[in-house]
Amino acid sequence: MSSKTNSASEAGRRRFLRGGAGLGGALLGAALAPGARAEPLEVAPWSKTPGEPVLWHPYGQPSPYEKNVVRRSRGAAPLPGANSSMTPLQNLHGIITPTGLVFERHHAGIPQIDPDQHRLAVHGLVERPTIFTMDDLVRLPSVSRIHFLECSGNTGREWKGPGTASLQFSHGLLSCCEWTGVPLAVVLEEVGIKPDGAWILAEGADAAGMSRSIPLSKALDDALLVYAQNGERLRPEHGYPLRLFLPGFEGNMSVKWLRRLKVGREPFMTREETSKYTDSMPDGTARQFTFLMETKSVISFPAPDHRLREKGFYEISGLAWTGRGRIKRVDVSTDGGRSWSVAQLQEPVLDRALTRFRFSWRWDGAPTVLQSRALDETGYVQPSAAQLVDARGFESNYHFNAIQSWKVASDGVITNVQV
Amino acid sequence: MSRFSSFAVAVVVLACMVNAPAQAQVYGIGHAAGARDLAAWNIDVAADGAGLPKGSGSVSRGQAIYAQQCAACHGAKGEGKPADQLVGGKGTLSSPNPVKTIGSFWPYATTLFDFINRAMPYNAPQSLSADEVYALTAYLLYLNDVVPQGTVLDARSLPKVRMPNRDGFVNDNRPDTSNVACSKNCRHAARNIP
Repeated sequence: MSSKTNSASEAGRRRFLRGGAGLGGALLGAALAPGARAEPLEVAPWSKTPGEPVLWHPYGQPSPYEKNVVRRSRGAAPLPGANSSMTPLQNLHGIITPTGLVFERHHAGIPQIDPDQHRLAVHGLVERPTIFTMDDLVRLPSVSRIHFLECSGNTGREWKGPGTASLQFSHGLLSCCEWTGVPLAVVLEEVGIKPDGAWILAEGADAAGMSRSIPLSKALDDALLVYAQNGERLRPEHGYPLRLFLPGFEGNMSVKWLRRLKVGREPFMTREETSKYTDSMPDGTARQFTFLMETKSVISFPAPDHRLREKGFYEISGLAWTGRGRIKRVDVSTDGGRSWSVAQLQEPVLDRALTRFRFSWRWDGAPTVLQSRALDETGYVQPSAAQLVDARGFESNYHFNAIQSWKVASDGVITNVQV
Repeated sequence: MSRFSSFAVAVVVLACMVNAPAQAQVYGIGHAAGARDLAAWNIDVAADGAGLPKGSGSVSRGQAIYAQQCAACHGAKGEGKPADQLVGGKGTLSSPNPVKTIGSFWPYATTLFDFINRAMPYNAPQSLSADEVYALTAYLLYLNDVVPQGTVLDARSLPKVRMPNRDGFVNDNRPDTSNVACSKNCRHAARNIP
């Protein structure tokens, strides 16, 4: 499936790349200086010859000019399969994360699973211990839902002050997709939960045997057994062929490569819910079973990944989300938190999905600080970093959902600050 | 109208089937599985020791296996680098730099068996025998001063090992912040109301 490349457009591509694709890569020709008079138009090489044939890429690819829009990892991990990569939120629009840009967090690599050999075993305190094939699961009644997925470690570098130099690394363990699968309640009713069943061990088929305990109430409420994401089957790095999905809960509980559900009376006290994914407090205790992802927002344009080239009009844009339900309002401050104004929310505002907000702003060229603050439908207001530290100290690692501040310098350079 | 009524009755009947205790299958999809069918995957060990297999292992045997299978990633004595530190950190949990290890942090000794058995060593998970996992568990607990050197662990003795931080975990009590959405002159208002 080699891609035949039109020589004229290839030459044009090389010229463009030599010239350096600007952020966003959307400007045609040589970049015009801000405010400069337009240059006379020319007929471009790609207008003078037919372009690529159909099936240029049987599976479509982004434009070569968008090659910088990729997941990135903070660095090499000692065990390459136990690492994470972040979504380039600074390059995205709307609320849906393209599947190839959805963040990754694996504990022992990405297994390559043959779906015909994959099984889901459901047993423990059930009336009918059952093994399901993928064909079985796809036959059952299905639903599709749009929800965010966020790692509880997202923004965890910010507890002790600004810890990252870009939006991708500060907030990129966050994505939002349409998820399709079987409500877990359907499968649990099919096997029959015994009266004393209260928790479910969810276990992956990966080399970590990733395992978490799920409260039965959540399993029956809105948990999904997901096999498709944004309209196609899951990708290997997101759990192919089957994953659990728990709307609004910390990402690692949505166990990928799901192979087993065991119903029990008590939590199973796995390594991932005792020594990991627990939140240390200043008195030496640790909070356990901190499932919910609290209300949070961040400005995705402009962010440290961008630079403002001139003063004047900009549309500030960002994302808000909450594990509690729907975003009710987002406020934006363009003066470091002294005053706040209500941002416009893009409809539809969905339950436990990313919500896009926008705010018109005219930059006067003076240094300032931009912030966003989300409110959810329960009345909860996104906290400041100082409030979180007051409540939890500096060592809880996970669940940092504070207001994010971006400092705009007079030269248009944007940096991560805490005010 | 009559068509709608029969549909409504069908919905009610289905709802009753779904809600009834010990209900029959609704869709009849899936394959009945017995204990032997499930055995190879049924590896979890609960905090009370349920699921622990037959077998046993001593501290001294664990020391030899650790040197072969674990030390390259976790250090000769569990000091860590490149992988997690496993030993030490006693008394640090309320300090500014908590060191969270098996001895200082893990609430259940059974979790150690469960995790080694399912996920370690990293490059060859599920390759150790039950005896070897018991032995490694005993050695790591010994390195953390949780059990004496002569210890031999099995399905009866392991759940009785009480970890130093057994009572160190508390429930989620969020929301634990109370920000106020002020709109003017609010620069320094953003701290918790005590």
